[in-house]
Amino acid sequence: MSLEAPEKPKDLSGSVGLVKPQKVVIEQPLKLACGVILPNHTLVYETYGALNKNRSNAILICHALSGDHHAAGIYEDDSKLGWWDQYIGPGKPIDSNRFYIVCVNNIGSCFGSTGPTSVNPETGAPYGADFPPLRARDWVESQRLLMEHLDIDCWAAVVGGSLGGMQAMRWSLEYPGKLKHAVVIASSLKLTAQNIAFNEIARKAIKSDSDFCDGNYLHENKVPHRGLALARMIGHVTYLSDELMGQKFGRDLRTGDLLQGKTDPIEFQIESYLNYQGDKFSELFDANSYILITKMLDYFDLAREYGHDPVTAFSHASCKFLVISFSSDWRFSPARSQEIIDALIAAGKDASYVAIDSNHGHDAFLLPNQRYQDALGGYLNKLANQIEGHTS
Amino acid sequence: MNHNLDFITQWIEPKSHVLDLGCGDGSLLANLRDQLDVRGYGLEIDPDSIEKCLAKGVNVIEQDLNKGLKNFSDQSFDTILMTQTLQALRYPHLVLDEILRIGSKCIVTFPNFGNWRTRTYLGFQGRMPVTKQLAYQWYNTPNIHFFTYADFEALCKDRDINILNRQFLAHGFPDSALKSVWPNLFTEIAVYHLSR
Repeated sequence: MSLEAPEKPKDLSGSVGLVKPQKVVIEQPLKLACGVILPNHTLVYETYGALNKNRSNAILICHALSGDHHAAGIYEDDSKLGWWDQYIGPGKPIDSNRFYIVCVNNIGSCFGSTGPTSVNPETGAPYGADFPPLRARDWVESQRLLMEHLDIDCWAAVVGGSLGGMQAMRWSLEYPGKLKHAVVIASSLKLTAQNIAFNEIARKAIKSDSDFCDGNYLHENKVPHRGLALARMIGHVTYLSDELMGQKFGRDLRTGDLLQGKTDPIEFQIESYLNYQGDKFSELFDANSYILITKMLDYFDLAREYGHDPVTAFSHASCKFLVISFSSDWRFSPARSQEIIDALIAAGKDASYVAIDSNHGHDAFLLPNQRYQDALGGYLNKLANQIEGHTS
Repeated sequence: MNHNLDFITQWIEPKSHVLDLGCGDGSLLANLRDQLDVRGYGLEIDPDSIEKCLAKGVNVIEQDLNKGLKNFSDQSFDTILMTQTLQALRYPHLVLDEILRIGSKCIVTFPNFGNWRTRTYLGFQGRMPVTKQLAYQWYNTPNIHFFTYADFEALCKDRDINILNRQFLAHGFPDSALKSVWPNLFTEIAVYHLSR
């Protein structure tokens, strides 16, 4: 979820290289969980690698709260690699030499797919705050329509971190016959009260900005930058670990010093860093989308309709699972992943669990980590071998 | 030295549900899957071993046995396997209870400390044994309990654990020839099939 992407690489040989997003208008009506029907919707997506003859090597990448379709490679006019370039590319754990990889910007987001900044056909003005509330299952349903458009019958794997992992789990229950594997990274069966609390603080920050105009800021030609920046700063703290922030920033000062007898303003490095992250994010993201998707997170509860029993829920799945957690993640801690794997085991599902040691907090799922790379790569390598008909 | 444990496949029903505690690289589970269509999971904490399991397509769960098995429900497996691990756990008797709570049967293996090599090592050299089966110094060994198969059988009797089968393993001369005559003296590895 961090916006930190590596600097422009001089050598693109380890990357999928130059990529271009594609756009499709899905003409089938999409009935959302809230009852509203989107008569059509636009999806922006990217693909990497080639679909095999049997169309059996497709992997769906599900993005998280602030993610987009640009998961790997680089745009011609940009300096930033995709958000998961570390893990997607030729020879990488999600290997574009062997898999056809699809990543879509989900509806309700703000990077080209239908969302609050899109024009509402009924009013001719942007949806803004009137965009219908969404659930993770709506993203899954929209992704299934894209799957049809791409003429893919079954995903080799659905892979995602955080909210992305929730989509992978939802896929396994909604369309058990349409995926062979679900890879659920740094995720959770549902949000805790603390998770919801942080999300509400973030939403309150946005709504407190006078430029928010009750969500109708686009009509007023305003943008609630300050509120969105503050929301992001709060979120960002929950993606990092205390240890990492200590290592990265400690109590280092950016300006001033703490000697007595000085009146100069003092700014810690962490203050400067968080302000920068918040400001940058507020230029890129839409405030209504942030509210919409944090609510989607809050509402997510995989087992709600299965008598609140995750074992009953997973009994409907037929794919295999890989669950991965990170030791210093306190947003979706290893205990949350343990709940997932325990339910999978009790439901008798094929599943593996890897608990990675990392001091990078929740953001660890995006960052380099040898063990994580080896585990994910080893698992998907076995899958690629099976698809390609190797005996190993 | 790795003893061939292939014979334990006779003790495991085809298509049964197996949990392997300390599954290493997953070879045993992979064999059971391929030969007997057995379904199950391995528990492991070593990162390299976990990776090897994933590469084999064996279900592996990263979990420390010393922290308990509370997340597994009663009688949820047909057979629990635990090879060469009992002697390294803090409270082996409690782990045995837990294993027989989770599984209806279990198969455990452990190094027999009654073997003549360890006896003579301690008896004549006056030093703690370092053998092929117990290849550590006293200060860095993961094996924190030393016991013979006779000790183990006494424990089973005390705790009402039934011994369904047992097998004594030994390599080379004279152990393999003499283990049936004087098992406690010549067995290197003891293998037990248990139920409650």
